Amino acid sequence: MSLLEIEKLSLSIGRTPILQDIDLAIEEGQVMGLVGESGSGKSMTALAVMKLLPHAARASGRIRFGGIDILSAPEAAMCRLRGDDIGMVFQEPMTALNPVKTIGEQVAEGIRWHTGANRADAEARARAMLERVGLPERQFPLSRYPHQLSGGQRQRVVIAIACALKPKLLIADEPTTALDVVLQAQILDLLRSLVEEDRMSLLLISHDLAVVAEMADRITVLRHGRVMEAGETAAALTQRRHPYTRQLAEASTHVPARAAALRESDGEALLQVEGVTRDYPLPRRSLLSRRQSIRAVDNVTFALQPGQTVALVGRSGCGKSTLARMILALDRPTGGTIRFQGMTLQDKGEEALRPVRRHMQVVFQDPYGSFDPRHRVERLVAEPLHLLDERPDRRRRRALVAEALEQVGLAAADMEKYPHEFSGGQRQRISIARAIITRPKLIVADEPVSALDVSIRAQILDLFADLNRRLGLAYLFITHDLTVARAVADHVMVMHEGRIVEAGPARAVLDQPRTQPARALVAAAPDLERALQRRLARASAG
Amino acid sequence: MTAFVLKRLAVGLLTLLAASLVVFFVLEVLPGDPARIMLGMNASPEALHALRTEMGLDRPVALRYLDWLFGMARGDFGRSYTYSSPVLALVAERLAVSLPLALMALALSTAIAIPVGIYAAARHGRPSDTLAMGLAQVGVAIPNFWFAMLLVYVFAVGLRLLPAGGFSGWGVGLDGLWQGVKALLLPAVSLALPQAAILARVTRSAMLEVLGEDYIRTARAKGLPRRKVLWRHGLRNAMIPVLTILGLQFAFLLAGTIIIENVFYLPGLGRLVFQAISQRDLIVVEGVVMLLVAAIVLINLLVDICYAVVDPRLRSSR
Repeated sequence: MSLLEIEKLSLSIGRTPILQDIDLAIEEGQVMGLVGESGSGKSMTALAVMKLLPHAARASGRIRFGGIDILSAPEAAMCRLRGDDIGMVFQEPMTALNPVKTIGEQVAEGIRWHTGANRADAEARARAMLERVGLPERQFPLSRYPHQLSGGQRQRVVIAIACALKPKLLIADEPTTALDVVLQAQILDLLRSLVEEDRMSLLLISHDLAVVAEMADRITVLRHGRVMEAGETAAALTQRRHPYTRQLAEASTHVPARAAALRESDGEALLQVEGVTRDYPLPRRSLLSRRQSIRAVDNVTFALQPGQTVALVGRSGCGKSTLARMILALDRPTGGTIRFQGMTLQDKGEEALRPVRRHMQVVFQDPYGSFDPRHRVERLVAEPLHLLDERPDRRRRRALVAEALEQVGLAAADMEKYPHEFSGGQRQRISIARAIITRPKLIVADEPVSALDVSIRAQILDLFADLNRRLGLAYLFITHDLTVARAVADHVMVMHEGRIVEAGPARAVLDQPRTQPARALVAAAPDLERALQRRLARASAG
Repeated sequence: MTAFVLKRLAVGLLTLLAASLVVFFVLEVLPGDPARIMLGMNASPEALHALRTEMGLDRPVALRYLDWLFGMARGDFGRSYTYSSPVLALVAERLAVSLPLALMALALSTAIAIPVGIYAAARHGRPSDTLAMGLAQVGVAIPNFWFAMLLVYVFAVGLRLLPAGGFSGWGVGLDGLWQGVKALLLPAVSLALPQAAILARVTRSAMLEVLGEDYIRTARAKGLPRRKVLWRHGLRNAMIPVLTILGLQFAFLLAGTIIIENVFYLPGLGRLVFQAISQRDLIVVEGVVMLLVAAIVLINLLVDICYAVVDPRLRSSR
């Protein structure tokens, strides 16, 4: 009998069906990957197993775990199960820990609750568990608070909480989505070793086929709350029998059709960054000590030609976004110069920067947070028009908005709607329409597709490539995702601890990285093809 | 932590200094001559002049300000024009009523509001939540003097359990203490009711916000039952807004109780200030205002320390 058996699980919230007839079984010691796009019901399936569903949710069908019927089990029985036999790891490590309790308390709490151990014993076990997840006592005493740890370290604490009692089943819901690729690889390694050592089963939820291909023995593909395909990972993902699986796999390795890489023109560069440095002062330790500072961007030099796409890649916290803010003249460098169309930016006032802002626009990561929900699309997209020397009248403004919307594949009539009426991908199109309405020469895009599902991501990448071809737009593409960098960029720069450590044609840098930080980045990036080949090789060897 | 407290105390002293300037000069430019008010409209110019010299009102403003300031630093708040006794003694006498009253009201409102707020949040959307919040709404809406009169009618006139008003001092021994508490009980309850209603609503919404956080889900995934999660993980995180409101309410209770003092004939700070203002007893008004500013600075410091105790993130950043 399987450890976990889900049969015909259906779930609805109010009258909205969320899950329909889900079947899924996990054997002991098996790693099951649950794949799907946002809203497909992955997390709800996991929460149903934990019986931690929202109040309004109604579930039917059967979930059996080690002989216990979960849907009909009383709350007290579930409390014994949760944290002891089933552990769970969540997506967002920054918020998953209680900010007012020490990590020791938080790991020991579950141990004490389930085993009745006294404080000292529970703390000893917590210490051992934290050691196992890579947080040794010497550097990370139990008395640390979550805010004193980085995102990757916090996720280790969450994993320690979930695995402290060697559960039979570990559920990991997008455990690495909020982390950069290097951290992702480390956390996945950690999960893999814990699962193997303790003979746990793992239900790994992810939107990322490559991650699942690396980790899972079997996969289940969900879409709109239904199981599309289930089977052995390598077979399902190489044969791609089901059209939806094929679509997902193709979208996640999609490379947009692009204009031939630009020959190095000897004309004037569009953007020139020379020796740019940015220091941030640290708070004074005491009144007498000298003020220390931290160098976020360190002596960065590069140039961007008109129409060129440059990807800036690097781990989180490496200074990518700080550099972007200075290029956008939202922040001033401590040293060095930034020239846009030959004009220096760092010494200009707001009025002098207006023509620059017109020719340089930005697209942000989060298509949900970057719009005022009370404004119509017309107003949102028209916003940058105040940068024009001549304010267009209402007719002209509407014509410009309509044109921009059509450029990005939306209808002119969409300008009457509000942002909440659009999906995430459509909203990102609105962001792009807003960015191109002043006919800029350069768009700085800060992780513009990271929040999007793979199929939507492929469409948005196509749109970027298309606009590059038609309007001659240059991009500075900031991303932690090397697949995206490879797909869109002519040129790649790798940033590490504030410095550009490696730069060159995209293929050269990503295929043969020469410096250690670039190699680490490339090695850590999950790659669907590579993962499948490894899996197949292992299968034929075994 | 010590550095933090010292820094805040220094800022508090500066606040006091700024307040003293404002208080002194605002009252200085207001119309109304204390000497004239003391002597009445028919006083002879000679008598007026003599009194003004005696009170020092003829000296330059800056000098009088400095005198007053250094006097306060030595604990000499001056002498009331109308009561002819030292301001400090007057205030101390009134504070013996107002401070215990404020503390009792605060303790009562906290004791009622926090459990009610938590209970309502735990049963969010159910009838008991709706009922509790409906009652809180009523509590906010009822004027406290009306509620006070109702209490007097029931407990003093009807049941004859508690005195209807007046305050005869704290007496000696346990019995004296009990007499004092008995006299302040009804006023404290009527002050506490609207405060409790507000506090309960704040507690509930703070708890609700916290209960939606990811770490609550993490705690539930550990196997802790809902109730335990509520107390262990919810409450402390919800304390910050609650502490803010508590600080504001305490400051209000110290000085904003004049209506209730009047209903119960209590010799409290509120009535002292009221009388002093209507009789242009400026020196008393100034003294009391400075005292309140000091109290509020102190309360804010306490609240800030409580913040730091509750939330470790606020310890290092200041």
